Amino acid sequence: MLRNHASKLAATTAVSAMLMAVAACGGSGGSGTDTATPGASSASSAAAPAGAKVGLAYDIGGRGDQSFNDAAAAGLEKAKAELKLADTKELEAGAGETGAQKEQRLRLLAQSQYNPVIAVGFAYSEAIKKVAAEFPDTKFAIIDDAAQGPNISNLVFAENEGSFLVGAAAALKTKKDHIGFVGGVQVPLIKKFEVGFTKGAQAVKPDIKIDVKYLTQPPDFGGFNDPAKGKTAAQGMYDAGADVVYQAAGGSGGGVFEAAKSSKTLAIGVDSDQALTADASVRDVIMTSMLKKVDVAVFDFLKSFADGTVKAGPTTYDLKAGGVDFSTTGGQVDDIKNKLDEYKQKIISGEIKVPTE
Amino acid sequence: MSSSFTDRLLGRVRLGGLLAIAAPILAIVFAGIVTSIILLLNGNEPFKTLGLLLDFSATPRTQVMILNTATTYYISALAVAIGFRMNLFNIGVDGQYRLAALIAAAVGGALTLPAPLHVAAIMLVAVVIGGLWAAIAAVLKATRGVSEVISTIMLNAIATGFGAWLLTPERLAVPVAGSNNIGTKPIGPSGQFPGLSLIPGTTTKVYGMVIVAIVLGVAYYVLLNRTRFGFDLRATGRSESAAVASGVNVKKMVVLTMILSGAVAGMVGIPQLLGASYSYSLDFPPGLGFTGIAIALMGRNNPIGIGVGALLWSFLDNSNDILDFNGIPKEIVIIMQGTIVLSVIIAYELVHRYRSVAEQRRVSRQLSAGTPAPAEGAAA
Repeated sequence: MLRNHASKLAATTAVSAMLMAVAACGGSGGSGTDTATPGASSASSAAAPAGAKVGLAYDIGGRGDQSFNDAAAAGLEKAKAELKLADTKELEAGAGETGAQKEQRLRLLAQSQYNPVIAVGFAYSEAIKKVAAEFPDTKFAIIDDAAQGPNISNLVFAENEGSFLVGAAAALKTKKDHIGFVGGVQVPLIKKFEVGFTKGAQAVKPDIKIDVKYLTQPPDFGGFNDPAKGKTAAQGMYDAGADVVYQAAGGSGGGVFEAAKSSKTLAIGVDSDQALTADASVRDVIMTSMLKKVDVAVFDFLKSFADGTVKAGPTTYDLKAGGVDFSTTGGQVDDIKNKLDEYKQKIISGEIKVPTE
Repeated sequence: MSSSFTDRLLGRVRLGGLLAIAAPILAIVFAGIVTSIILLLNGNEPFKTLGLLLDFSATPRTQVMILNTATTYYISALAVAIGFRMNLFNIGVDGQYRLAALIAAAVGGALTLPAPLHVAAIMLVAVVIGGLWAAIAAVLKATRGVSEVISTIMLNAIATGFGAWLLTPERLAVPVAGSNNIGTKPIGPSGQFPGLSLIPGTTTKVYGMVIVAIVLGVAYYVLLNRTRFGFDLRATGRSESAAVASGVNVKKMVVLTMILSGAVAGMVGIPQLLGASYSYSLDFPPGLGFTGIAIALMGRNNPIGIGVGALLWSFLDNSNDILDFNGIPKEIVIIMQGTIVLSVIIAYELVHRYRSVAEQRRVSRQLSAGTPAPAEGAAA
């Protein structure tokens, strides 16, 4: 038996030695031209040296959520094509991070000469204040937050106004006077969606029944990235009689759409025009989406940087500025579009004031 | 020489001599191989990747961050290890520290006291809350025989819900001006724990709490190895029936150990709270309790081993942005962490088995040669 062990050990050692050798070859062979310094691996063409080097830092989730982060990525892609950016670098947060680790991410971008640097999400609030102060010549932007600094631009949205419109749409479309709202995580930001949605629905039908469910509560931010939870929550609402559910749940929204599909009801998308971005099999249940044009905000900011007209402080993307809206892809809200446009005008003119909490 | 797998897993059986060095070396080699294979499969070069991580971690600011994060991890792993030594699996460190940090932050923000008292008060609140929350699981186990694994996991979920309920403007929270964040009232200067300028070349300070963490590590060692309580604790962990036979009140030990583990868990959020954020807000780091479990396993519940594990884990967590920066998926770091824990467990198990097989062979050889086995053969 010992002999057996020993021979196995010998074999393992031999294999590992070989692997190490392979690894070593790979190491020396590949690093001939490639240096390991930050910024060496430029992601896009280096042919336009005049363009900006843009750094983007996501919160947890990053690209691929078909929603908020992807909208930011879309803005960057558009800028890459139209503004001839020299280089872009996208970094993503990990789970269970401290504020200091978020700072470090922004600092890494700034000190590697990425300028401007865009932070996606309010979690970067404290981090961006500190790092922006350390790099006064770099322009920073943060989405969804009002962190102040002479070189910080705030790209903030009136989610409550956009949600008001889809709330009205849900109330106009429901046959049972029963609708639902699925929020990703119970935080003030998502509360803005819920309040707008509720007010919009009640503006149409004051007695409408609205189920509200949040998938997780902080510090568990998993609710933004858990389609199974989204599906269960929405299924519960549909089973209880709701026939339109609005989701503000990031990556969990896909589950809400699946539930709508299987119970032959309707759902409302969020952030992006999800009738275009969601999985193809569920697109037909998405009657409309509350557009939060993070892509436009990111692109506008990059454009202003290219033009040298960056302004610090908040830029509010509300209905008036076209920063939030409802989508008409699929034609399911064509019959009520006039009514929705009426509400839109009333909000823009100030006749209707949508509360935020 | 019969020891259960759990005994070996939790480091209750010691290896002597050369074998004690063989196990960690085997673990490092094994982890290195697995990680290299994964990196190669992804088309990345293992040595370059490691070089990137090391280069980045050599910058002074990153070093400070490694130390700071490791401080938190260390305390968390100690909390877990206290339970492990007695076969108590406190999976609830996560809920214990989050609730403790939230309430301690709220109390700290509401109080104004002279500096040392203010810090002491906040720490006391955290320790008490952590201990109380763990006490629920302890009492359930001692009185009703409820498995602490199940109850602490459930208590984590309850702590999350309870914490979210507390962290609203109607109760303990104040909105952060102009932000979508929300947090407790910031703790005033008298409640902030000063940092240390340990690392030259950066203005970032190391958490002063690193000293507290070291003190906790020493206290852990002394308590377990030099006191009656520690002996009872270890004895109960090894064999409950033997402990009962020698007069140990096992139920009392369960309650005390669990509360002690929870009290230490209460300290996990303190370095971040008193050294950096001064407030418990939506972005307070979650999940540290689970990191603690992995590090306690990796460090084999030994205060030095846990320290090494915490530093290694923190090094990987704090330098992974540079991988993302160079187009290598940073998730590779999570794979590395998992592999390291697994290889430590496997390596120690292999070395233990090798030793027991070698011993059996030696004994049988001596028996067949007709000479009685020397007495010290059994004592190794």
